[in-house]
Amino acid sequence: MAFSAVLTSEWTKIRTVASTSWTLATALLVTVAMGAGLCAVVNATFDTMPESQQIAFDPTQMSFSGMLFGQVAVLIFGAMVVGSEYSTGMIRSSLAAVPARGALLLGKLTVATALALVVGLATGFLSFFLGQALLGEHSTTLGEENVLRAVIGVGLYMALLAVFAMGVSMMLRNTAAAISILISFVLILPIVLSLVDATRKIAFYLPNQAGSAIMQTVSSPAVTSDAPYGPWGGLGIMVLWVAAAVLGGYLVLSRRDA
Amino acid sequence: MIELDGLTKRFGAKTAVDNLSFQVKPGLVTGFLGPNGAGKSTTMRMMLDLDNPTSGAVRIYGKRYRELREPLKHVGALLDAKAMHGGRSAYNNLLCLAQSNGIPQRRVAEVLDLVGLAPVARKKSKGFSLGMGQRLGIASALLGDPQILMFDEPVNGLDPEGILWIRNLMKGLAAEGRTIFVSSHLMSEMALTADHLIVIGQGRLLADTSMADFIHQNSRSFVRMRSPQLEQLKDVLHEAGIAPVGVPDGGALEIDGVGAEQLGELAARHRIVLHELSPQRASLEEAFMRMTADSVEYHAHAPGAPGAAIDNPARPADVPAWGAGFDAADSTRKGGR
Repeated sequence: MAFSAVLTSEWTKIRTVASTSWTLATALLVTVAMGAGLCAVVNATFDTMPESQQIAFDPTQMSFSGMLFGQVAVLIFGAMVVGSEYSTGMIRSSLAAVPARGALLLGKLTVATALALVVGLATGFLSFFLGQALLGEHSTTLGEENVLRAVIGVGLYMALLAVFAMGVSMMLRNTAAAISILISFVLILPIVLSLVDATRKIAFYLPNQAGSAIMQTVSSPAVTSDAPYGPWGGLGIMVLWVAAAVLGGYLVLSRRDA
Repeated sequence: MIELDGLTKRFGAKTAVDNLSFQVKPGLVTGFLGPNGAGKSTTMRMMLDLDNPTSGAVRIYGKRYRELREPLKHVGALLDAKAMHGGRSAYNNLLCLAQSNGIPQRRVAEVLDLVGLAPVARKKSKGFSLGMGQRLGIASALLGDPQILMFDEPVNGLDPEGILWIRNLMKGLAAEGRTIFVSSHLMSEMALTADHLIVIGQGRLLADTSMADFIHQNSRSFVRMRSPQLEQLKDVLHEAGIAPVGVPDGGALEIDGVGAEQLGELAARHRIVLHELSPQRASLEEAFMRMTADSVEYHAHAPGAPGAAIDNPARPADVPAWGAGFDAADSTRKGGR
């Protein structure tokens, strides 16, 4: 069986269900709109901010602040791409057609990740340009140091988050359970861990916390002293999480009864 | 050609499929019969490598299903009608399956037309009735024009016209030399379609026989006689050395091994009035129930005495709760997915 055939098939699957377009459109719109709104607010109130915050101000990262909610839509996208196969029973037809578990999983991941990457890049650039336009004199440009890396980083981050969600969903084989766990893990757990000094360091190693480093451009004292990794190191930690989720998903898919 | 070799599947303590070995041969419709929960669906899922056997193996033309290149071109299966994404149109559900196996796009429209779903091809499949879903599943099985076709309870949810259609479809496909393997819990349905019969109960092989042999061995024929002069008739029969095998109810006699002609002439010679003289044939359904009731009795010691039913197969009411014991276990398993 040609792998290109599996890719074509997975592309048909992903483009012919409604959840794909609404989750990805939500991810893009929420991120861009929220980022733009916050940039406008910051621009208006910049002078009232404490001096330490003014020094550490990262206009690039500021324009991506909508990611906090936009990423939830990315998680739902990933969870639904995999979970809907189980909830509908389609997985049995899929595996009868492509019994090689590795090929099926890789095909699905490739197509969904590519799509998330494209939408993520569009989100990054749109958020950046709109945000900078609204930041006025506090804005930055693509030509500045690290800025382009951060904008492209939005795409990488969203793509990795989608793969992470797919891996977790493949392990749980249930969309609702996967979404609950992913949201707790990505949105709630970092906040809880950050409340206490003893656990704050652990929070740095959560996938989204580590991965977010790629979207920052300013190495403020706050950033460098706390996080024990740079932007690429952080992304690397996220990649490890994603790899573990995919491996777990593959093991469940190949060992358990469909 | 499909070969099962010692196929076994356990779910915890429950053995769903127990050391099953048989072959499914080309050019025939092979019926796979068993009461609900006998392990038919589990067996079929293992044939497609969806479930992993605890032990044993399935070979399709000597290969495991997973080793087939473009499997839809070799094996088509209808496992359950709901194995499709409801949010996708019938056409797109089939299209993504076709593409994965290098099946040309025009074949999708062809099979939809064949099963009568062409008018609703662009409709989301979640709005389909059970019968339409079943037709969509059959369309997906036919997609790769495979030599082997497996249908799990294909007549479920179909209207009479649909049932007739699927029967003729299966016969036609077998006549083309294909291997047809079809499961059912209805003997009457199998009697109309199957050439060969494999019966399982509680996961065990109970019979592997041609349909003709099964009918020959299992359908007891007898003559029923009814007369207002019952005692005289009994005496006459006794004198002639004929012992009635059964006296089911209100003055009827059942006689085995003597033709209706002889019995009628015998009665006439002795001037006995007959109200009924009718050759009877115990149905295959009853034979099947006897067979599976035995397996229930043997394994589960079901309350009541199925032995009585064996003495008189003509009265299915005597057969206690065949398969009743595993309905619950079966629904747990199915609900769990």
